[in-house]
Amino acid sequence: MSILVNRDTRVICQGITGKTGLFHSQKCREYGTQMVGGVTPGKGGTSIDGFPVFNTVEEAVAKTGANATMIFVPPPGAGDAILEAEAAGIPVIIAITEGTPVLDMVRVYRRMAHSKSRLIGPNCPGVITPGECKIGIMPGYIHKPGSIGLMSRSGTLTYEAVWQLSSLGLGQSTCVGLGGDPIVGTSFIDCLRMFQEDPKTEAILMMGEIGGNAEERAAAYIKEHVTKPVAAFIAGRTAPPGKRMGHAGAIISGGAGTATEKVAALEAAGVVVAESPADMGTAMQRAIAAKRR
Amino acid sequence: MKIHEYQAKQLFAQAQVPVPKGVVVRTPEEAAAAFTTLGGPVAVVKSQIHAGGRGKGTFQEHPEQRGVVLVKSAEEAKQNAARMLGNTLVTKQTGPEGKKVNTLLVEQGLDIARELYMGIVVDREFAGPVLMMSTEGGMEIEEVAAHSPEKILKEPVDIDYGLFGYQARNLAFKLGMEGDQIKNADIFLRKVCKFFLESDASMVEVNPLVVTKQGQILALDGKVAFDDNALFRHDNLKPLRDLTEENPFEVEAGDAGLSFVKLEGNIGCLVNGAGLAMSTMDLIKLHGGLPANFLDVGGGAKVDQVTKAFQIILSDKNVKAVLVNIFGGIMKCDTIVEALLGAYEKVGFNVPLVVRLEGTNVELAREMLAKSGRPIISATDLTDAAKKVVASLKA
Repeated sequence: MSILVNRDTRVICQGITGKTGLFHSQKCREYGTQMVGGVTPGKGGTSIDGFPVFNTVEEAVAKTGANATMIFVPPPGAGDAILEAEAAGIPVIIAITEGTPVLDMVRVYRRMAHSKSRLIGPNCPGVITPGECKIGIMPGYIHKPGSIGLMSRSGTLTYEAVWQLSSLGLGQSTCVGLGGDPIVGTSFIDCLRMFQEDPKTEAILMMGEIGGNAEERAAAYIKEHVTKPVAAFIAGRTAPPGKRMGHAGAIISGGAGTATEKVAALEAAGVVVAESPADMGTAMQRAIAAKRR
Repeated sequence: MKIHEYQAKQLFAQAQVPVPKGVVVRTPEEAAAAFTTLGGPVAVVKSQIHAGGRGKGTFQEHPEQRGVVLVKSAEEAKQNAARMLGNTLVTKQTGPEGKKVNTLLVEQGLDIARELYMGIVVDREFAGPVLMMSTEGGMEIEEVAAHSPEKILKEPVDIDYGLFGYQARNLAFKLGMEGDQIKNADIFLRKVCKFFLESDASMVEVNPLVVTKQGQILALDGKVAFDDNALFRHDNLKPLRDLTEENPFEVEAGDAGLSFVKLEGNIGCLVNGAGLAMSTMDLIKLHGGLPANFLDVGGGAKVDQVTKAFQIILSDKNVKAVLVNIFGGIMKCDTIVEALLGAYEKVGFNVPLVVRLEGTNVELAREMLAKSGRPIISATDLTDAAKKVVASLKA
């Protein structure tokens, strides 16, 4: 077991004929993911490096039985690509694209709220269930199958955390990149719920960052509903207010969304918070040890 | 992308959002003429910079001169303008270095009955734009939010329709408006929400929004920022960018596709990914150092981008050491090393350089570093990197 994706997941790539889309489709296939094709409007009927290309997601689903999609469509069309995947009934939609206009995502979010499909991202590294299925841009080899559920608003910081976990012998059940934008399809809370329900996941590591109040809300949820050990790290303790730190979501405005507030909320919920980004793995170990006692 | 007040008001006027009559001027003589054109007994002369607190701010060259002044004659307008134009205004939002004033907005005086606050932002909790209003006009919304959050009224703005009539009326009545004010507020609020949606704004703030003694509702101030990611579909907005208001290095970095923020410390950082870049700053601080910048080279940076990144970091005179922290995913470690060695040739490093690499092609990258013969300090993990870079400052 795992969450969202596993060895049976059949994946298409929207934007597969683009350079990045193709490169990562190949990498996912090498990892062992069942990449069953791709979509590029106007190039239907052709194939690229062995991947059949379709004009529409609807057609791709009908012909391949795909039940997940990885989106590399450039920002102006990314929102529309998500809506197309939702309309075609794809259960797991993973949007990697960075730089989608915020108001496009507002419209997408509203559709997703009433949908059976789940959107991960945009502006995220993707989702991986180690040893079974990788959908996204993360380097596969750093992961190790195991029982830690990992979720994060950041990309490379996630790789760093995975690296630390794997080096400590802590494998991962599923790693989910939630995305760095202000509006994303899946929140920490959605992910916590899935990890809590997943029998394979024994402990949870979350990487948050300054801005917004997603971490505070996650803390409240953990206190009420999560019985598994949880460790966390919050990036941006030293970031000055009012400056956007790369991610559109990472900005402290009016004293809200500071790391101090987030750390306090998480600690109050019994979460072990790593003080240094070098200690994310050991914080997870401490959280597990504390629960066993 | 932020714009000036006068630009915001021009856009408001086009969108039928009521604003006071005003004239944009760039010389003292134009300021005098503007006073005469407006024809009222008083006018307000307002400095145009991308920062708030102008009314209380003062000029470096003329400590008695405020950034926004009420004038009663053309001559007075001219004299004030002469002290403002070309000079540096310091407010609590500009930092001590202040900002140079190149443009003034001369506006008609109004019979103000009430000053209110109005702002629209995309709120994560509502997952959409939210209109906020408060009776505390002129106060910073953050202060109001901290001290009396109950005074902030909120209405979500429908992404496709905009603000509904009932929402505007709800707000107007709650704010204690009456008679014509209700109708005027309804027009103002619905138009300004429509403007927000149609222009892909990320923030619209009118503080204060004023109610005149005649019952008009007008935007006395206008602060607008647009979603950079949506500018591709607004060719009319792109020319409104004022590069003189931005940090030149941040502009240079942005043009090269890098995300860069200048900070006060002396350790330059080059990292891939925003989260890891922030964490690297945190780590430096934790080990007693101070980061000179935030720099994210992104996921798929090319050699020339990385070279540019090094040039930007090294052009900061405060930088006494550089830390490179790369976790290669899409970004291959050897790309970074190739750029690093290229930058050594091109830019020349006169400060210690600590490099920590992990991820895709790391073996190859380490080999390239070792063979280069450059005095690069390599680090094995995050903590090691931070310790070494902080120690290099003391050496």
